[in-house]
Amino acid sequence: MEQAEKSKVAATGLVRPTSNGPDKESPSTNGYDVSRNPVLSERVDNAELLRMYRLMLLIRRFEETCGQHYSLGHIRGFLHLYIGQEATGIGAIAPLEDRDYIVTHYRDHGHALARGLDTNRIMAEMFGKRTGLSKGKGGSMHIFDAAQRFMGGHAIVGAQLPLAAGIALAQQYMDTDVVTMVFFGDGATNQGTFHETLNLASVWQLPVIFFMENNLYGMGSAVGRVRHRGSDFSDALGAYDVDVVSVDGMDVLAVREATQAAIDSVRAQGSPIFIEAKTFRFVGHSFADPGDQYRERSEVDLWRRRDPLVAYPKQLLEYGVTTQMELDDLSASVDAEIEAAVEFAINSPEPELSEAFDDVYA
Amino acid sequence: MANITFREAITRGLEEAIETDENVFIMGEDIGEYGGAYSVTKGFIEKYGEKRIKDTPISEAAFVGAGVGAASAGLRPIVELMSISFSLVAFDQIVNMAANLRYMSGGQIKVPMVIRAPTGAGVQLGATHSQSFETWLAEVPGMYCACPSNPRDALGLLRSAIKSDNPVIFAEHSHLYGSRGEVPEEYFEIPLGEARLDREGDDLTLVSYGYGVHILREAADAMAEDGIDAEIIDLRSLSPVDYPTVVASVQKTGRAAMLDTARRNGGAMAEIVSEVQERAMDWLDGPIIRVGSKDVPWPYNRNMERDILPDAKEVVDAARRVIAF
Ligand SMILES: Cc1ncc(C[n+]2csc(CCOP(=O)(O)OP(=O)(O)O)c2C)c(N)n1
Ligand SMILES: [Mg+2]
Repeated sequence: MEQAEKSKVAATGLVRPTSNGPDKESPSTNGYDVSRNPVLSERVDNAELLRMYRLMLLIRRFEETCGQHYSLGHIRGFLHLYIGQEATGIGAIAPLEDRDYIVTHYRDHGHALARGLDTNRIMAEMFGKRTGLSKGKGGSMHIFDAAQRFMGGHAIVGAQLPLAAGIALAQQYMDTDVVTMVFFGDGATNQGTFHETLNLASVWQLPVIFFMENNLYGMGSAVGRVRHRGSDFSDALGAYDVDVVSVDGMDVLAVREATQAAIDSVRAQGSPIFIEAKTFRFVGHSFADPGDQYRERSEVDLWRRRDPLVAYPKQLLEYGVTTQMELDDLSASVDAEIEAAVEFAINSPEPELSEAFDDVYA
Repeated sequence: MANITFREAITRGLEEAIETDENVFIMGEDIGEYGGAYSVTKGFIEKYGEKRIKDTPISEAAFVGAGVGAASAGLRPIVELMSISFSLVAFDQIVNMAANLRYMSGGQIKVPMVIRAPTGAGVQLGATHSQSFETWLAEVPGMYCACPSNPRDALGLLRSAIKSDNPVIFAEHSHLYGSRGEVPEEYFEIPLGEARLDREGDDLTLVSYGYGVHILREAADAMAEDGIDAEIIDLRSLSPVDYPTVVASVQKTGRAAMLDTARRNGGAMAEIVSEVQERAMDWLDGPIIRVGSKDVPWPYNRNMERDILPDAKEVVDAARRVIAF
């Protein structure tokens, strides 16, 4: 495809320039008028805006609950929480169609919930139960639901990127209009697989969206300490001729808008796009990390003030999309869903030991 | 003697090397500001600075390979992998480069480099984070592989590994970091490839390494109650293997069982059993049995993982079969 055509997405102005992080002293309230947005207004009605809020809340409560059950020893191994990044995952996944594929890394519960996978079965996987999505064999880092085209949950940093390219290759091969979206972190951009896959996707013009959740840290490493050019990804992909879209990952509507435009383009043109959403995990890298050794308290606080769980409902109220009563009802229904999921997980049977020998070969 | 943890022993070995040899530097993911995934290098960067303690990007192929390069140019890098499972990302650099450089250059180049990595399953990390690739790496000529079971051996082996002019894989079972033991205050080294008689006995020889030795002790205690007197050999290195020590023990007892905490199929003991069988053929009263992890990927579920891991009971059962033969 022509270069000019490829950069259409960026050029049409659909990608709203947003504040890329808390560089302002007082975090913005993200005043954002959906009705004036050509991409969103056509496809996003009030019900959808509320659905996104409910999912956001569902992820937050799910993650908090996982934390509690980790402390109780019900969930073990590595547990990477998505708290703080909810707006990114929801904004990215909401505009995908059911036929589109998602591939992600170990910080995957948020993506799984945003995709609408069964909350009970995700929770059961956390608990290692037979009813879990991966039958208790995968755990927190390996959530799969192939029927929903949710292709994992991958715990080796960068390993999911070639997988996504291959899924996209299959779409090209089979001549579908299916889009593959692959999530990864800032840290993963330092893996060879990242660069190799971008080149491959570009040379072969694969219909894949590289979705980077730049939460500014890879474990304890600030992106500026381990990456040339630090957090500036604007033309990191120039070498691969892949369009880069940067978006404020704390603003769910901005993410949704940028992603929708990218999906439209990839679906139509079949060539890769790279989205960078700047976001922040409010908690440690995993449950083993208190998350306070390598970042200043003030930095965490600054981002916490942009908590999408506070900003987004405020926006919805301001625009008259909803009422406080409706939000309260949603909150209660989320609590009930989480409670039911925990109950489901606790009451689910352990797998038989013999099941450990199933699923090794097809 | 000081009673210290396995983690402290390794920390001590690293500090010593940094302080006594200016060509030694350490690199790895989050070993600096974060202090290391298992806190082995906590405080190092403040103490020794960024030249000696290098935080790397998540680029295992590049920084392991850069370690090989730095070693070939005269430095003595100690590279930490966050998990031996991640060695796969750097396998080409380890096997094709680190181990082969000397040979294929006709002896012109040496690669004095240590690759430290936590290893082993048992904490529900699932299929990609629970592997024990020391058993794969031990087979590669041109490289050594140490795998201590206790703080004293960890320190003594680490000293030898750092002094070695060859690449050394230093596999630290993650269960062991918090375990304690006596470590002499005065300087000592433990040569690579020297096994240790962990416990004397006459009825059969039990062989393992790393965390496996602790399982053997439990098994030997259980057998002692039944009047079976097991000898335990802690290999301490998987490459080279101290065959003379193992064979001498088997010549004495006439029987042996060997334990891998890694997968039994293709595990280190598959090779060692075979070799010992040949060398001690005339002294054996029966075949040697292997115990190891079952032949599936690592599951997350706790009960499943425990079932797949070998335990003392399986060792006792194997020992009984050997004795009953
Ligand atoms: C190949 C490999 N190296 C190291 C790790 C250990 N590790 C897991 S997550 C992580 C940090 C990744 O950071 P980033 O890509 O920014 O994603 P984030 O966790 O911030 O979402 C590291 C070093 C791993 N899982 N795989
Ligand atoms: Mg990150």
